[in-house]
Amino acid sequence: MTHSAGDSPREFGPDLAEVFGPSQRDGGPDLVQLLTPEGERVHHPEFDVDLSAEELLGLYRDMVLVRRLDTEATALQRHGELGIWAQLLGQEAAQIGAGRALRRQDHVFPTYREHGVAWCKGIDPLDLLGLFRGVDQGAWDPAEFGFGLYTIVIGAQTLHATGYAMAIQRDGDVGTGEPDRDAAVLAHFGDGASSQGDVNEAFIFAASYNAPVVLFCQNNQWAISEPIERQTRIPLYQRALGFGFPGVRVDGNDVIATYAVTKAALQRARDGQGPTLVEAYTYRMGAHTTTDDPTRYRLSEDVENWKLKDPIARVTAYLRRMGLADERWFTDLQAEADDLGARLREGCKALPDPRYVEGFDLVYAEQTDELRAQKAAWQAYQDSFETDHTLGETGAHR
Amino acid sequence: MSRITLAKGLNAGLRKAMEDDPKVLLMGEDVGKLGGVFRITDGLQKDFGEDRVIDSPLAESGIVGTAVGMALRGYRPVVEIQFDGFVYPAYDQIVCQVAKMHYRSRGRSPMPMVIRIPFGGGIGAVEHHSESPEAQFAHTPGLKVVACSNPVDGYWMIQQAIACDDPVIFLEPKRQYHADKADLDETATPAPLFTSRTVRAGTDATLVGYGPTVKTCLRAAEAAEDSTSLEVIDLRTLSPLDLGPVHDSVRRTGRLVVVHEAHVNLGMGAEVAARVTEECFYSLEAPVLRVGAPDTPYPPSRVEEEYLPDLDRVLDAVDRALEY
Repeated sequence: MTHSAGDSPREFGPDLAEVFGPSQRDGGPDLVQLLTPEGERVHHPEFDVDLSAEELLGLYRDMVLVRRLDTEATALQRHGELGIWAQLLGQEAAQIGAGRALRRQDHVFPTYREHGVAWCKGIDPLDLLGLFRGVDQGAWDPAEFGFGLYTIVIGAQTLHATGYAMAIQRDGDVGTGEPDRDAAVLAHFGDGASSQGDVNEAFIFAASYNAPVVLFCQNNQWAISEPIERQTRIPLYQRALGFGFPGVRVDGNDVIATYAVTKAALQRARDGQGPTLVEAYTYRMGAHTTTDDPTRYRLSEDVENWKLKDPIARVTAYLRRMGLADERWFTDLQAEADDLGARLREGCKALPDPRYVEGFDLVYAEQTDELRAQKAAWQAYQDSFETDHTLGETGAHR
Repeated sequence: MSRITLAKGLNAGLRKAMEDDPKVLLMGEDVGKLGGVFRITDGLQKDFGEDRVIDSPLAESGIVGTAVGMALRGYRPVVEIQFDGFVYPAYDQIVCQVAKMHYRSRGRSPMPMVIRIPFGGGIGAVEHHSESPEAQFAHTPGLKVVACSNPVDGYWMIQQAIACDDPVIFLEPKRQYHADKADLDETATPAPLFTSRTVRAGTDATLVGYGPTVKTCLRAAEAAEDSTSLEVIDLRTLSPLDLGPVHDSVRRTGRLVVVHEAHVNLGMGAEVAARVTEECFYSLEAPVLRVGAPDTPYPPSRVEEEYLPDLDRVLDAVDRALEY
């Protein structure tokens, strides 16, 4: 892979003009790309992948459907059905490419924006809405789906991922050569999180123990209002060199390249060759969340420029040029997306509010007498209101 | 039957837990070849291997954060924080991740983890090596917090904490590690982990301590025994609190003094006082008094004996309680 620890390092110290100037605008010379923004299939000497038409159509379908999921969820927030939503718009290829590179036994540790990866792991999109509607804090079983709960504290999950990978090592499920046994961990984080101590500690632990973890950074260029230049003075993938493992920058708007690079990195981990940093170079087309207003801090021309690199449009162009799908196929997919949207709209509104009092029994695996007593007192207090309510209906008052 | 120190008791307890359950892992700074700076894990890496007794990079958040991941895959990590003052880099992982995982996952992702912290002062150390952070963890739902005070409890309580399916902050009074010896009967049946214990019977006033101050309270009771009969209770568990024995005692004595090294302000003593006032209001003959640290940081070690609760300060508080 590019820039493994053994390679000669690039000249030390950042030349900002080079790192973040015009030559870097498209990701720089090390960007792994297999499908250009114009939809032209290109090749890479190290990373390439043979996808059947069916597989490519599958990736395309995934991207269209998760974009619809995202659009619907954003609309549901605008209608007051969700308290907030973290949009993935523009990052569909990075997430689907990474998510489809996973095997059943691989485990994912997401941020709160990994809706596309969750989709790939088989999580019902409706379950993703619960956290944002405020009815739960994660509706799925992480062990069942191999997909952790969304993590709000920036970067905290990268350590969990690394520890989980260390546990895989202790289970002996790495480097056996058995394709259904060897497992890897995919740790998600963003460009902002790369500044967190926890992420840097995860890099150190992963390297020190040669843990089977892929540290997958979606560099979407923005941490709410703070641009990538505030987080780093060197392209993020190059940081891996300093920690002693390979780093790769891939075009995160290219689903084929992201799939190929992540697949190789995951296999490397499963084979016992240790961690890889993958920097998926992409762009947050929407706001940070529905509470954010990006017009206050970034230029619309930047957004317009990135629209030309849309992750879905380039695959559409390729599919059409190569004749891999006919109009009927595209129409059917839109109908499927409409159905998904309708299901999410109806399903979201039907998500029941939790009962707060149930939470008393969820704090500990082994309940305490203290909490039992608090629950009983709470319940009695609440019940006293119900009694009052009944009295009120009959006209009686205290 | 063997005669052991607290350090040996903890070491033997850890060894037993590792023998009983192959999912138990130890991790921390210098816990391997060195056996920990206090030698609590002495010899364990040699016998259980580097995969189960893991020398970690020097990063406390990393230690606890990776332990979360190991627990999520079914292991029971026991992490050592080298000194109390070094737990704060891991505070975010402990409070935001470890403590909340069971609740937010609706019980799907239990966190059977033990975080061992040598705590308290009295060893002549430099700053950040003598802290008493227990209230900060006891204040956090989702954590359980215990403190051992003697070699026999060390042996049993560490095993019980490891067997617990919830995260346990396990506080070890570091100045007691090599101080006293006690007889350990490995065939005995220990008291349940989350229970307090009356360690000396008395009739005039009740002293409550935990960790290092249990010994202080016992010495005070001995010194006063000719004139005043003091009951001494070792709290052992700080979250959940087990105040049944304290309530029973206060109903008989009417007077209570809580002793800890931690700051009095918003400390465990404040919580004990509030609860005893709620439960034993008509039995109290005096306000509940607290002996602990004033609102200064831990001082330079040459004056730490003045700062730490000692026999005289405990008995002064008892005298004040008896004056009501």
